[in-house]
Amino acid sequence: MGAAGPTPGPSPTPGPAPSPSSAPSRLAAGPRPPLSWGERTAGLLAFHLTLAKRTWRGQIVSRFLTPVFFLAAMGLGVGSLVDAASGGVEGVPYLRYVVPGLVMSSAMTLAVSESTWPVMTLLKWNQMYAAMLATPQRVADIVRAHWIVIATGIAWAVAVFIGIAAIAGGVGSWWALLGIPIAVLTALAFVAPLFYVAARSETDEGFTTIFRLVVTPLMLFSGTFFPIAQLPGWLQPIPWATPLWHGTVLARSAFLGNPLPPWWWAHDGVLAAYVLVFHRLTLVAFRRRLAA
Amino acid sequence: MLALGLGRFVVLRNVTSFRRGWAVFLSGFFEPVFYLFSIGVGLGVLVKTVTMDSGTVVPYADFVAPAMLATSAMNGAITDVTFNVYFKLRHARLYDTMLATPASPRDIAAGEVTWALIRGGVYAAGFLLVALAMGFVHSWWALLAVPGALVIGAAFAGLGMWATTYMTSWQAFEFVFLVIQPLFLFSATFFPLSTYPAALRWVVHVSPLYHGVVLERSLFLGEMSWSLAGSVGYLVVLGGLGLWGAGRRIGSLLLT
Repeated sequence: MGAAGPTPGPSPTPGPAPSPSSAPSRLAAGPRPPLSWGERTAGLLAFHLTLAKRTWRGQIVSRFLTPVFFLAAMGLGVGSLVDAASGGVEGVPYLRYVVPGLVMSSAMTLAVSESTWPVMTLLKWNQMYAAMLATPQRVADIVRAHWIVIATGIAWAVAVFIGIAAIAGGVGSWWALLGIPIAVLTALAFVAPLFYVAARSETDEGFTTIFRLVVTPLMLFSGTFFPIAQLPGWLQPIPWATPLWHGTVLARSAFLGNPLPPWWWAHDGVLAAYVLVFHRLTLVAFRRRLAA
Repeated sequence: MLALGLGRFVVLRNVTSFRRGWAVFLSGFFEPVFYLFSIGVGLGVLVKTVTMDSGTVVPYADFVAPAMLATSAMNGAITDVTFNVYFKLRHARLYDTMLATPASPRDIAAGEVTWALIRGGVYAAGFLLVALAMGFVHSWWALLAVPGALVIGAAFAGLGMWATTYMTSWQAFEFVFLVIQPLFLFSATFFPLSTYPAALRWVVHVSPLYHGVVLERSLFLGEMSWSLAGSVGYLVVLGGLGLWGAGRRIGSLLLT
């Protein structure tokens, strides 16, 4: 650039003209057509892919090895004690009982860790969301693309987990594959509120507290390791009102061969409500913080 | 404190900076309570009793509660000397500042480990009270559970700090979990040694947490034996080794 000045009118040496079939090419002179929905999303996904290429090594442990460790310790180790003492839980060996619970609670843990510090990084510490908004991207695009990335990562991790559990004998039916979409829906029911929380946070101090006071109790009291009927009555509304138990009920039924447990629509409804309501709130909070 | 030499100023610095972080400190106390409660109403009901490696039969909650104390001593120490020390070493550049004073690398290592132990000791005392209230403590020996937790904490604080000095990115912390998680799950915490395949039992014996769990379990249940001296000795040696290595590494990283 810069050697020849701008030449008004048609170029004196006609090069290969753009073919008329690709009519609104952005390389042509004149006003450019805006980026389509798909193009904007693809652009953002490319960013996340580049990021993932540089950091995937550090995620192998949390994504693939943690479930294997828990499977061996809880399913096989504790399972042998439970089966010897009580002959299994709800009529199935403990390994079969606990695997769907472990799948869902690991989906939750991944969802929460992906929607706290990483969001704060892009939002505040390296301002990457702001940089994205300096391009034709909009707030809704940014949130959508990031959620797609998180959901894809969790779908992968869950699929691997289910495969490993199947090899270990912890899966009773092909319906267990339904666990992948259930896990993604459950994960999004955590991603959505936490994006909202991150958008309203100035520091990351609250995130450790969320893990200790929300994630850990939910993992322990949402029917992951034992039926919630064993909880004292005053504690039972907690699993009813939070996403993990609903996902675990759906997954456990699917893993044992019944894709539609009683009240399945209510369980799905609660999860969907978490996603939809907090999606709206997240967009409002993001706009207020980034685009106001 | 005076025996720490200049390390005591490192401890005091941490106390000062922590005055604003007490909410996080308090929340760390709830986690073991949740675990104890969930094992009491949940797995304890399903598993009922466990035959320990000594042959005694105990309720499952009594079996797991002391292991939770040992685990939380490990976790507390590791969190402090990995995340916090890494941040101070590589980002806040705090140790460069400290080394501009008469403090030596060894003072820094000793000060940080002491601070981790103070936090761990407070958690352990709180945990012991909760376990006592829930009826999981069966012997006066349990009074020694807090010093026991400090020995466990010292072993992990020393080794963890040494390991932290080799880390160059936050991604490296995944490898901390890669070590901590199997230790947590496979140190006879949730099921006795006899449940493991015979070929793997000697691996469990290498785990420092296993020795911590054995120690705390014996104290809670009042089953004392001389072999516990070996467990304590193992933990102390590992802690000393870690402290020595951490001091050397901080010196070679920041003073050369």
